[in-house]
Amino acid sequence: MTSRKVDIHAIDGKFPPPSAHYQVVVVGAGPAGAEAALAAAKGGASVLLVDEHPVPGHQVGNDVPLFFGGRATPALQNAERMLETVFANMDWLEPVFEAGVEVQLGTAAWGIYRNGPLVGSLPGQVVGLANTEKSWLVGFDRLVLATGARDLPMAFPGWNQPGVMGAMALQCLLTRYEAFAGRRVLIAGSHDLALETALLALDKGLAVAGLVEVRGAAQGDPALVARLAAAGVAIHCGSGLAEARGGIDGVESVVLTDGTVIACDTVVLAIGLVPMIELQDASGGARAFVANRGGYVPVADGAVSAVGLCAGVPDTGFDHVAYRFDWLAALGGACGGDTVICQCEEVTLSDLLGVQPPKYLDRSPAMQARSLKSLLADGPVNQDQIKRLTRSGMGVCQGRRCRDQVAMLLAVQANSELAALPLATHRAPVRPLPLQVIADWDESDEMRAGWDVWMGIPTQWVPYADIGTPYEEENRRVLGGNMSL
Amino acid sequence: MSAQKVVVVGGGATGLSAAWWLARSGVSVTVLDKGIVGWEASGRNGGGCSHYQSPLFKEEQRLWPQMDELLGYPTEHCPERIILAVTPRQLEQYHYIAGMNNRLGHRVDLLDPQQAREAVPLAGDNCLGGIHYRFGGHANPQRTVQAYAWALQDLGGRIVQHSPVTGFAASGGKVSAVHATSGTYECDAVVIAAGPQTGRLLAQLGIDMPLAAARAEMIVTEPAPMMPLGGVDGNGLYGRQTLRGNLAYGGGPHEWVEFDELGPAVKPSTPLTRNLARRVAELLPKAAHLSVIRSWAGVIEMTPDGRPVIDRRDNVTFCTMSGVGFGLSPASGHALRDLVIEGQCTFTDIAKLGLDRFAGIEAGWREARGWLPL
Repeated sequence: MTSRKVDIHAIDGKFPPPSAHYQVVVVGAGPAGAEAALAAAKGGASVLLVDEHPVPGHQVGNDVPLFFGGRATPALQNAERMLETVFANMDWLEPVFEAGVEVQLGTAAWGIYRNGPLVGSLPGQVVGLANTEKSWLVGFDRLVLATGARDLPMAFPGWNQPGVMGAMALQCLLTRYEAFAGRRVLIAGSHDLALETALLALDKGLAVAGLVEVRGAAQGDPALVARLAAAGVAIHCGSGLAEARGGIDGVESVVLTDGTVIACDTVVLAIGLVPMIELQDASGGARAFVANRGGYVPVADGAVSAVGLCAGVPDTGFDHVAYRFDWLAALGGACGGDTVICQCEEVTLSDLLGVQPPKYLDRSPAMQARSLKSLLADGPVNQDQIKRLTRSGMGVCQGRRCRDQVAMLLAVQANSELAALPLATHRAPVRPLPLQVIADWDESDEMRAGWDVWMGIPTQWVPYADIGTPYEEENRRVLGGNMSL
Repeated sequence: MSAQKVVVVGGGATGLSAAWWLARSGVSVTVLDKGIVGWEASGRNGGGCSHYQSPLFKEEQRLWPQMDELLGYPTEHCPERIILAVTPRQLEQYHYIAGMNNRLGHRVDLLDPQQAREAVPLAGDNCLGGIHYRFGGHANPQRTVQAYAWALQDLGGRIVQHSPVTGFAASGGKVSAVHATSGTYECDAVVIAAGPQTGRLLAQLGIDMPLAAARAEMIVTEPAPMMPLGGVDGNGLYGRQTLRGNLAYGGGPHEWVEFDELGPAVKPSTPLTRNLARRVAELLPKAAHLSVIRSWAGVIEMTPDGRPVIDRRDNVTFCTMSGVGFGLSPASGHALRDLVIEGQCTFTDIAKLGLDRFAGIEAGWREARGWLPL
């Protein structure tokens, strides 16, 4: 192409190439990520391996990336000590270092950007990284997602208090952070995830007050069930969680649907794991719904692939999605209309199903007459629409605590298969990052020079009465022909 | 003319407002949308309602304070705006805008740095002053678009979602029906307000409207402490603090794009998020520790001079707001209703927004402006 006129207010040429480039970037330094990094390095590639742990204390408080449920010790606030502890507990990293892989802990990946439909302005494919101080972009040829899986939270009366958490979060606090604040845990679920979590808890010296199983029998590996029985841990089958009761420090006991009251300081939801596909999904990558692997999993392409739990939980023939709906029926049945579903935005079950706006807005009679049912008359349910109307999933946890259960609730209400619902969007940054951290404090001269509030068309903002008068020329002269204010 | 039955193509802010205005006049209205109402730029934008440049300005200002009551649903409209400067050049430009508005009879007050910081508690020591629009304001785009849709339904209007328009039937030189994937809709008149798709749809009727589409981006933070006035921007940004407290801001370079007749399937963000975050942190330093929790992108269409087109040919009334449609929508809907029913806008002069101004525009107008995709 010959010389092409460029709109200086368009994005063309404003993103400089990233300061660093690796042939392979691996996100997540658990065993699967470490193995992928090691293999790439042995193959001669330049490899960067990043892991977000230890995450900053305020992220843990917001249940990012796991459902920590307010049961981490204050040790988390000591970033240096946490880095040492977490590193010491990742002994599988030693051969990775020896193979020449660059390893960065405490470094979160928050966005993958690639040219494609509607974007051609990027200097190649890049991944956005950040620690507690700053953010930066790194170029890559191949990126391996080893981000793991996150907990599937589910509402029941009293779930929105400290002491209700996820199994993956408990495992993380016990094995990586050594910073779990509870002593006596009750575990919801009896599939392998729940059984393994219970055995780990025992191994770490915790009291396990029991397991609760909504179905009629234990669901997991019989060998694990036998080990728990031998340890004297009861599995309460055919029962759900009716309520978590507590005080100022959170959970103190749980009432089962059969009336049993069990003393505990922590309820561990081990109902299911959700592969952490948000980086891939936010970048427009392909995904597939596989019930036996925990829901949506990434579909690999030439540049981005997934390993470990991010690629799906192990397929043992167990239908995780059907199991979750059984739990939803039991816990949802225990919920009242005033049970909070979205903790960040305090959206109750009745407000969600009524598609009502937040409480700081007036609810006119017409508004109160609207509901999910009336909205369904207009077309298929869409979680993003519900999200914007009710604010469920709009909060600082970025929907981690409620998006999966809201999708299930909507599927039930719409009498639809879960996989038939459009997946609520993921958008970068897929981790909450402070403005001052994600900010580009070293942007290109082209970015600054071409910056405009809106489009930079000199005639657009000239007052109508001034069009064709000397004021139009004055407007252009003083404002520089645009609104680059 | 007596338009008993009108089809509106496009369920964005402009099309829904037009449909609502028509229904208020007793017209039987059907809105066709390719997806969900307000799903494109109408539902995702800065939410500003302060368009002093527009001939629709006075009507925009008259209507917004009444919209919650008129529609029967919340729009989150809040009055007035403050624009803060953090560089001398910005302050100079804002002062010019203040003077221009005061000359036109729209009151704008100057704020010294101390006054600005008092009015905007999240502002910092770097603030050099600002201007305070004693008019305008902001609203919640998604909530407002849904309010239009519901209000239209309450008046008996019909909305058909997931129904892209595939063509038109003409008889006697007029459009007699609109073909869509969901069926054929007979009409006495048609309104086309389909955003970036407007040009392609009009081309099927032999009407040439020059348009180019661009992608723009915004970011949003976790809630910040509520400021007395949420309509605060400046430093090269547009945006607002929402009634929940979130800071939602956009600005900066756009990307010219192209896509097929069904519109863009994806709306990717870019690392521009970082440049936006920097400017929000400079604008409101006391919020710099708050986290960005989302970004989003939208696609808007632009005319060659950046100004709207609101016009009519035979029984086809059409509109592009050229990327500034949300805030003006109460008034643009009124103007479209007038064009359909009265044949002209009854409340203001919109002659300079006619399509004729682009008659004979050079074929390479996009190339000449550099408005081409990468």
